[in-house]
Amino acid sequence: MSNPTNLKYTASHEWVKTEADGTITVGITQHAQELLGDMVFVEAPAVGRALSAKEECAVVESVKAAADVYAPVAGEVVAANADLDSAPENINSDPYGAWIFRMKPENAADVAALMNADAYQAHVDSEAH
Amino acid sequence: MTLKTTPLNAAHRAMGAKMVDFGGWDMPVNYGSQIDEHHQVRHDCGMFDVCHMRVVDAKGDGVRAFLCYLLANNADKITIPGKALYSAMLRPDGGVIDDLIIYYITEQWFRIVVNAGTADKDIAWMKEQATTHAPNLTITSRDDLAMVAVQGPNARAKVWQVLPQVKTATEGLVNFQAADCGEYFIARTGYTGEDGFEVMLPKEKVEEFWYALNKVGVKPIGLGARDTLRLEAGMNLYGQDMDETVGPLESGLAWTVDLKSERDFIGKAALLANPPVQKLAGLILLDRGVLRGHQKVVTAHGDGEITSGTFSPTLEKSIALARVPRDVQIGDTVQVAIRDKLLNAQVVKYPFARNGKALV
Repeated sequence: MSNPTNLKYTASHEWVKTEADGTITVGITQHAQELLGDMVFVEAPAVGRALSAKEECAVVESVKAAADVYAPVAGEVVAANADLDSAPENINSDPYGAWIFRMKPENAADVAALMNADAYQAHVDSEAH
Repeated sequence: MTLKTTPLNAAHRAMGAKMVDFGGWDMPVNYGSQIDEHHQVRHDCGMFDVCHMRVVDAKGDGVRAFLCYLLANNADKITIPGKALYSAMLRPDGGVIDDLIIYYITEQWFRIVVNAGTADKDIAWMKEQATTHAPNLTITSRDDLAMVAVQGPNARAKVWQVLPQVKTATEGLVNFQAADCGEYFIARTGYTGEDGFEVMLPKEKVEEFWYALNKVGVKPIGLGARDTLRLEAGMNLYGQDMDETVGPLESGLAWTVDLKSERDFIGKAALLANPPVQKLAGLILLDRGVLRGHQKVVTAHGDGEITSGTFSPTLEKSIALARVPRDVQIGDTVQVAIRDKLLNAQVVKYPFARNGKALV
């Protein structure tokens, strides 16, 4: 599966989608879910929580391990995906559909500065060596 | 550091395994979904590469008496040829050097299977003890042998399909019994809580055996599912649930320690002098989350610690083994510290699941 070109990416393997209203939707990438394996638990951040960029704000747990999910940019949490409470495996089957939380970014420019799909792929390749 | 490889390394890669460094060995953690692999073993059958484990042969007059002294469990319990016994091997201070399985083949020959990470230390210890107590014994590491575990309700039938020549010799085996069938040594043992065989065979034949099993529908299973299967089955993992710093009576292994007979064994005096103050307990998480090793357990009788924790695919809940104060009772609710929260867990009798069924 290739990384969608309409998304932005972080070095810590989150994907970021900018919505029409300026909020952003955040999930973890195909590469991240593949590393973690079968997902069994997701803890999303509380709605209303103010986050700084790169702050630990959610946890995804596979059978194998727990991993932190980081805020891609500074902002406020405006929604969490409750579907993942009962179906965390959606992250494995549809990583770019199974979003974890939404934020209202402090600065849209912060989002624009994140990696594009090509830069993210280069980052993944560099980590593999 | 170069990782050690088993003779099945190329086969794992060809079958799409995700490989990991497992205690210095390059081993498959899964071939896709480890939850699917777990269910495959509980409900049909799967095969595990356990070539990294070590087979040791102890041969000579007096081998039984030597094992009676070397091990915490009583080798005199096994009198039917092929019968196996699970035991801890202890230090004089009662700490666990390793857990292992011995097979009684003849009065001159017992086979011992030990863990991969402890094999060299185990063999050195056995040889050192033999020098003093049984100088005529030979203790040989069988580096020429490979081992494959075929586990699940349909496992034995699949092995017979691939090795029809061993069926007569192995169909009468009871649980925890083995048959020496020439090139193949076949034991009705395992580490999953399911029926099945562990097959020891010459290294140069193992790849062919592996592919032949696969051809009749036996799927490869990685170390990820091996861990969830053994934990559901309530089986200890050396290095996590016990080690040299803790005794067998505090590790859920009292059933394997014979303190009643007159027999002396290494570690016995220490166990008698130091009654256990902790014990191993089973936990099921009542709140949402996943129990993991080293998380703190808060009880009414003092704190404990999780030794192994995971998500149980059979129960669809998180389960754990934890070392807790001995007064903690089955049915108690305890708290487990997970990140910044204290979550509720219930103390339960384990095993959690065996033979395809949940037991709690």
